[in-house]
Amino acid sequence: MPRKILGLSAFYHDSAAALTADGETVFAAHEERFTRLKHDASFPGQAVLACLEQGGRRLPGGKPLTLGDLDAAVFYEKPLLKFERLLETHYARAPGGLRQFTAAMPVWIKEKLFLKKVLRDKLSGLGLRGAEGVKLLFTEHHLSHAASAFYPSPFGEAAILTVDGVGEWAAGSIGHGRGGDIEVLREQRFPHSLGLLYSAFTYYTGFRVNSGEYKLMGLAPYGEPGSGAVKKFREKILSELADIKPDGSLRLNQDYFDYAVGPRMVVEEKWEELFGLPPRAAESALTREYCDLALAIQEVTEETVLKLAREAKRLTGSKNLCLAGGVALNCAANGRLLRENIFDGLWIQPAAGDAGGALGAALAAHHIYFGEPRAGGGKDRMRGALLGAEYTEADALAMAAARGAVWERLENGELFDRTAGLLAGGAVVGWHQGREEWGPRALGNRSILGDARDPEMQRKLNLKIKHRESFRPFAPSVLAEDAGLYFEKSSASPYMLLTDYVREERRESRPDAYASLAPLEKLRLRRSDIPAVTHLDYSARVQTVDAGDNPRYHALLGAFKKRTGCGLLVNTSFNVRGEPIVSTPGDAYRCFMRTELDYLVIGNLLFDKKQQPPWREKL
Amino acid sequence: MRETLKDLWNFLRARKKWWLLPVILALLAVGALLVLTSGTAVAPFVYTFF
Repeated sequence: MPRKILGLSAFYHDSAAALTADGETVFAAHEERFTRLKHDASFPGQAVLACLEQGGRRLPGGKPLTLGDLDAAVFYEKPLLKFERLLETHYARAPGGLRQFTAAMPVWIKEKLFLKKVLRDKLSGLGLRGAEGVKLLFTEHHLSHAASAFYPSPFGEAAILTVDGVGEWAAGSIGHGRGGDIEVLREQRFPHSLGLLYSAFTYYTGFRVNSGEYKLMGLAPYGEPGSGAVKKFREKILSELADIKPDGSLRLNQDYFDYAVGPRMVVEEKWEELFGLPPRAAESALTREYCDLALAIQEVTEETVLKLAREAKRLTGSKNLCLAGGVALNCAANGRLLRENIFDGLWIQPAAGDAGGALGAALAAHHIYFGEPRAGGGKDRMRGALLGAEYTEADALAMAAARGAVWERLENGELFDRTAGLLAGGAVVGWHQGREEWGPRALGNRSILGDARDPEMQRKLNLKIKHRESFRPFAPSVLAEDAGLYFEKSSASPYMLLTDYVREERRESRPDAYASLAPLEKLRLRRSDIPAVTHLDYSARVQTVDAGDNPRYHALLGAFKKRTGCGLLVNTSFNVRGEPIVSTPGDAYRCFMRTELDYLVIGNLLFDKKQQPPWREKL
Repeated sequence: MRETLKDLWNFLRARKKWWLLPVILALLAVGALLVLTSGTAVAPFVYTFF
């Protein structure tokens, strides 16, 4: 019988569950996809049920598991260590932070201190046999991240870098993975944190902490590189806010920050005095100053990540690097890390944020607690990150019948060809196939697709379909074998976690007055022959699609290439702003009908918007 | 409850953070008082005390 371990991540943000069997990931899912609450932090009950039900069916024997079948359930961090941090931090700052302390303590005393009991009760509440007997284990937050980065990677030995806001005490770590072992060599400790520094700027520029960091990263290229304003902001960050050492460790000047014991990320008055601009109100106009500020913190972050990587190389002597933690979702920093060639191999966990901790916790228990060896093989073991729930054609047909939806069933060859034709004609298509993705990126199974050559596609997708800010860029999916035709570095990037630059010959030159244009005026300029996925600095957050990882998506890209000569599409997650990525056929159809999507494909069923009955919210 | 107290004890011993013990005990005592007295006639006593 394989050793089966359930990993859990919950109660902070992005809760998730993952099932491993003999160190292989069988199933992994985010709770938000089931509950439809974005960044849902509650106990991942539905994800656990899916792990046991759908994951169990994929194991020898082919039947759903009960909790009694598990060798252990592992929570991704240690609550008592976190409690220690809370007490010590408040003690050190007392009497400051009293209000925050009194707000936090009841939750700890009633619930979080008794997490073992809470977890056991929640597992019992699922109505499955064996909840009382489950062995409950706890791993450290950054060990969970490190395990999620190293064990599924193709490397037998690698340096491991984890960087995020904060776990228990650690806000980052450098480790060394060898076979089944992970040795932690260095830690960056709270309150000094690169992730929290980036989040502080996210907050100050009017975006939401823990989810708006992508927006800040997307805003950075609107800043003017090398300009006086960016230089000035950088100098202020490095002289007043953060003392960043050559080894990448840092100390944040706590006079400017409030997050340690207060309800705000920063002391706004001091920041306003320092940078000479007030905190930006959410949804207000984006002026050049905020773009320059975004660029300054992005540059500082990238440089710090490079320093950390060089230190990891110095400490381990390894040729390979594995990355995880929320900062590892900063694909611009990752792309720069790749281009610097510090390591021969770079691998990033697709669910690099806290959700990925569920998988890391399970893998850490398997290899470290149970001492099981790690299978070799030298290949990426994330199966294209297609590890989540899958729905059958019968599910889609039942949904269609209930909705009175009109569909057409096409065999594979015709489906790919027809869909490619629709895309080439300018249509925007919702593409729902197979197992859903693990991690925040849609990778071709829960995606909205469009023609990247269409100069109007970015605005159309942002404003008419995704209902999100028009400055935000879109990412390309490209046939892996064609990546070199479009991008400079053209490295494998299956999880859309690396930026690359559009090749020089595809770019269009900027007008002389470019620097003086307002941010959104810059957006309207055509930047390349694939304008919908070319960001202002000619970068693109590339997904390379391999036929082995996702044959159906590869076939669609191939059909589009056959028709147009271009093996590349815009790929954005199948959701609207504020909602999680769609999971079920019903979610997909709802999103399709509520937006200006033109077509929907679920498995082999094609839905044409023009033929659908009027949308009713309730059946 | 017993399991949690045992875990706390082991944690303090492993971390050698004995100074946290009175803080944690006081917090647990306050917590217990709040839980026990919530919705009872004793509740006003708690409010005047804190």
